[in-house]
Amino acid sequence: MTEASVRRVESLGASELLALYEQMCLIRRTEQAAHDLFMSGMVKGTTHLAAGHEAIAVGASAALRPDDYVFATYRGHHHAIARGATPEECLAELMSKATGLCRGKGGSMHLTKASTGMLGSYAIVGSHLPMATGAAWSARLRKTEQVAVAFFGDGATNIGAFHEALNLAAVWRLPVLFVCENNFYMEYTPIAEVTAVPNPAADRAAAHGLPGIVIDGNDVAEVHDTVARAAAQARSGDGPTVIEARTYRHFGHSRTDPAKYRPADEVERWMARDPLSVARQRLESLGVSADELQQADAHAAGVVEAAVDAAKNAPEADPAEAFTDVWADGGSTWRT
Amino acid sequence: MADVITYRDAVADGIAREMRRDPSVVCIGEDIGAAGGVFKTTVGLLDEFGPERVRDTPISEQAIVGAAMGAAMTGVRPIAEIMFSDFLACCWDYLANEIPKVRYMTGGQVTVPLVIRTANGGGLGFGAQHSQAVENWAFAVPGLKIAAPSTPADVVGLMAAAVRSDDPVVFFEHKGLFASKGEPAPPDHVLEFGQAGIVREGTDVTVVALASTVATALAAADRLAEKDISAEVIDLRCLIPLDVRTVLTSLERTSRLVVVEENPYQGGWGGTLVSIVADEGFDLLDAPVKRIAGACVPLPFADALEDRVIPTADAIVDQIRTLVAY
Repeated sequence: MTEASVRRVESLGASELLALYEQMCLIRRTEQAAHDLFMSGMVKGTTHLAAGHEAIAVGASAALRPDDYVFATYRGHHHAIARGATPEECLAELMSKATGLCRGKGGSMHLTKASTGMLGSYAIVGSHLPMATGAAWSARLRKTEQVAVAFFGDGATNIGAFHEALNLAAVWRLPVLFVCENNFYMEYTPIAEVTAVPNPAADRAAAHGLPGIVIDGNDVAEVHDTVARAAAQARSGDGPTVIEARTYRHFGHSRTDPAKYRPADEVERWMARDPLSVARQRLESLGVSADELQQADAHAAGVVEAAVDAAKNAPEADPAEAFTDVWADGGSTWRT
Repeated sequence: MADVITYRDAVADGIAREMRRDPSVVCIGEDIGAAGGVFKTTVGLLDEFGPERVRDTPISEQAIVGAAMGAAMTGVRPIAEIMFSDFLACCWDYLANEIPKVRYMTGGQVTVPLVIRTANGGGLGFGAQHSQAVENWAFAVPGLKIAAPSTPADVVGLMAAAVRSDDPVVFFEHKGLFASKGEPAPPDHVLEFGQAGIVREGTDVTVVALASTVATALAAADRLAEKDISAEVIDLRCLIPLDVRTVLTSLERTSRLVVVEENPYQGGWGGTLVSIVADEGFDLLDAPVKRIAGACVPLPFADALEDRVIPTADAIVDQIRTLVAY
């Protein structure tokens, strides 16, 4: 349950790690674009940006099978992209466009790409942990050896659904991973002020008979290796693992929150451990050149720039869509 | 085949028929396995289908319904039991925010073929937290289909429709009806969702009822017949889809409407039904519409008190006699 329990296994080679670095750049640049579009009034409602959390989504996704299931929260852009959604689909959804992932019916908080196993972003805190548990139950019933992963924030560890899901998953030994993105703030409140244990997710695992591991969530290689081990264990019938990945938000909780409640020295410390910098250091130590790193980021930048242009030029969501997709027949008829 | 079957046994029969037909149908809930359900509505399922398909759970309503939702999104057809409908409040997030919305808010990317069964309603002296008729809770949320059968055969026919539906269905079994008996369902019995039944034909007044209030309305109609008042009784069977057409067609014959609901008058489903009648059927009416519903108080324990707050045949007879004289 402590740092000592963390094992560092460097299973990723340079080319694999470089590909993950480029994905992280893609997410970072998409989040920056989302922020800029929001500030210029082209994204309405709210956004909960995941800049700073990239290593968790990218490292975990790379450790999963393509047919595994992922359930995320309203801070979920990184998971959508890590599971195959394009920046264009995501930004178009944020901009209320017909070409958006959910055709304008979901918005920033509900990005979903079911065709690649990204089964949704849920905006009621903790609600998706039981769903992931159920998807894991389904995988076992269907004998597919799929794994389900629920990603959630530190704030979710104090809600009932978290504990109900962990208990059921543990007692049925289901192939599900519970991955906490602990960014140390439950919205605007330090999680330590409202939680009696230092590791809000991992320390609760033991109460449900589950292993709880604390890892560096800003190190994509460590996330990858931890999730790979836990997924293999779950797939072989050895049950769930709680993984608490420590990370930090680059932006505030949502919208224009400047996050002034965070001490300057704390912010500075975490920015120095930015997941992109951590990955760059690892890549340099593996002999990847500065040029190659620059090319990866430039490629990501080009994709996001084109995505912004395409999303801006896409047609607005079709008003007729308001009355489709309530029912499986595609319609919304509720009476004769 | 037995001459009659209880409503209670019809629940297990309806589930078993679907589990035999489709191996992806599974059951999940508290005490549904070896115990056969606290109302004995799942007796025999564990023996026939085994513990992988008939799973006991902890007392964790959010885990039950949330896991059923996750399973439904990934290729399984779960039937989740919430023991008493009052306990739906413990997992209401899933019924209000998750299950009815996930298909819509993802632009149709996922389906949730899920049945949530629950024992609903009063009359058995279980007090304020185990007796409520809460069908109106579900009725307030777009995106849920709602069935509430009144007879054993309808239990089987609506269960088949619910399990085969690709939409989420809340299935209200009435506690007061579990011991009631009726004809067994024929083989392969499937009812159409949103198709009300005219269970007694009449010419003077249309009485719209659901689940427990169907028998109450029929008892009232018998007594009114002795006074030469002819009441037509409609069993809605489902609240969503709501079969307004059958009600309006009946009003063309009777021109008078009484709605009998067990859920509270405040926020009860009858309010929506009569508002549609007022809007689309105003010219058909020769008298004011009347709603007889649960009183707007928590359900009391003592029989003498509970009898005062749940709709009775006496109340229906009195209301209709006034209405016919209007």
